[in-house]
Amino acid sequence: MGDILSAVGNIAFNGLAFAMVLYLISVGLSVTMGMMGFVNLAHGVFAMAGGYVVTSLMREQGVPFPLALLGAALTVAAASVPVERLLYRRFYGGDELDQVLLTIGLAFMSVAGATYIWGPLQQPLQPPPWLSGVADLGFRSFPAYRSFLILCGAALVTALWLSIERTRFGARVRAAVDNLRMAQSIGIDTSRLFMATFGLGSGLAGLGGALGADLLTVNPGYALQNLIYFLIVVAVGGLGSIRGPFFAALLIGVTDTASKYLVPEFGAFFIYVLTLAVLLWRPRGLFGRA
Amino acid sequence: MTTSRLVEAFARRHRYHPLEGLPWLAAIAAYFAFPSYLPLGAQVLATILFALSADLVLGYAGIVTLGQAAFFGAGAYTAGLLAAHGWGEPITGLLAGALVAALIGLLSGIVILRTTGLTLLMLTLVVASMLYEAVNKASWLTGGDDGLQGMEVWWIFGQFRFDLFGQTAYFYCLIVLFLCWLAVRRIVHSPFGRSLVGIRENVLRMHAIGAPVARRRLVVYTISAALAGMSGALIAQTTQFVALSFLGLDRSGTVLIMLIIGGVGRLYGAFIGVPLYMIAQDRFSTIDPVYWYFWIGLLMVLVVLFARGGVLGLFDRFRR
Repeated sequence: MGDILSAVGNIAFNGLAFAMVLYLISVGLSVTMGMMGFVNLAHGVFAMAGGYVVTSLMREQGVPFPLALLGAALTVAAASVPVERLLYRRFYGGDELDQVLLTIGLAFMSVAGATYIWGPLQQPLQPPPWLSGVADLGFRSFPAYRSFLILCGAALVTALWLSIERTRFGARVRAAVDNLRMAQSIGIDTSRLFMATFGLGSGLAGLGGALGADLLTVNPGYALQNLIYFLIVVAVGGLGSIRGPFFAALLIGVTDTASKYLVPEFGAFFIYVLTLAVLLWRPRGLFGRA
Repeated sequence: MTTSRLVEAFARRHRYHPLEGLPWLAAIAAYFAFPSYLPLGAQVLATILFALSADLVLGYAGIVTLGQAAFFGAGAYTAGLLAAHGWGEPITGLLAGALVAALIGLLSGIVILRTTGLTLLMLTLVVASMLYEAVNKASWLTGGDDGLQGMEVWWIFGQFRFDLFGQTAYFYCLIVLFLCWLAVRRIVHSPFGRSLVGIRENVLRMHAIGAPVARRRLVVYTISAALAGMSGALIAQTTQFVALSFLGLDRSGTVLIMLIIGGVGRLYGAFIGVPLYMIAQDRFSTIDPVYWYFWIGLLMVLVVLFARGGVLGLFDRFRR
């Protein structure tokens, strides 16, 4: 009995940690797709960049971990804005095939680019001493780093949801997702809004990639290997939704962890079955609007 | 008067144009001109068939897919497993590969073609990943990560041995490609093919005039899967090897690129894009295998930005 309880606890804990990473990375993708009608298959590149920035800042510059995280988020956000202005903007609401080809092309380039700069090997994340080891909570102990990951994720999710619900910026974002033309006609500068949202989403992805560097290992193939996870989370959650991907990430994160823990011989098979089942039942995702 | 002109214009579209003989003449000329490159030539021909299958579903039916490799790999593994387990007869192996791929296309199509847009795109990827994972984990049967080895392909009709220089392979691929091309050409010029274009251009109107949209999409998806499976089987039989990467996202992505380089929805894009891509890859990737991806990615971006319609699109532009 104790074994089963501990297994369930492990699955829930690690699944939650994975879900946080998936959500932070994917929420930006959901908004890009819902608001701008743009299929960004290169979204994983931002997460990968976050992972590379945090590992190199810590190892080569000796920057403390929290600062390195912040650096990763800001660098990625800043770097993503020119990409949006120069490349993506022309394709908003346009032909899907063009978007797919453009962004897959960018993802391919990122593979070679990352190999050129950081070499073909994966970059391990060394958590600082205060986050390695285990945190003892009395009734049981948890790996400290993953606990930190979950807490960080929870804080960020709360902040994000509050800012979408309570601030003027959030109201604009919701308006643009809901009805782009109406939002434009009441005077929202959607072009600037797109830029800001895109930067925010990419920054969050960079942060997610940095925080989750020990779950989704940082290597040159990152953007293509993990693309399917991000797409699943967005499609199951519902395009354009801010909350949907969170529940989708929980579902996928816990299922993935459970199946790898209990039936490793099936690999990632179950999340694919689950995805097909959910989308058969609700083709627009759990929180997609009909 | 105008009706008859219209009929004439449509009829002209179906008729064989002398230029259509060009790819086949080029293929035969290449056989004599580059005898030491025949194995690569055979791969190019088989890959043209793969790109043709993608053109049917993407260019004509307008279904953007990232999972075409699922069918390619299914065909390759079917032919490969048959040949590795005592049935090396090539023609039946080829048909079995097409059949299995078509079945997977049909079954997955029933499920995923209910969706559109990004969700559909993602689901094509999910189907391919599912197959990839299944083949990867069933390593007792498929060899998993190491690929499928130990294939023994028999002589074609007991007459033509697959020789080291690739002469048999080259003609085998050329003939299969030619027959499939005839079939695809018929399909796209048939009323069925025209209605696919209608669905691509304006699905609402096609619904309104009573076209069975869902069934037509499913049928073309299945046909395309069968062609892709045949292409995979060709490559498996001629190289006597099947790798796990046959099912990977890379392959689904690169077939799109090859098609885009040539031109989508034109039937001949595959004949231009695939040789260009594969010959370039053969030249450059030996010099610089890692950074090949960089150049191909850059090429994709440039094509989308400046050369929509590919090589054939550029020709059109110059003609006008």
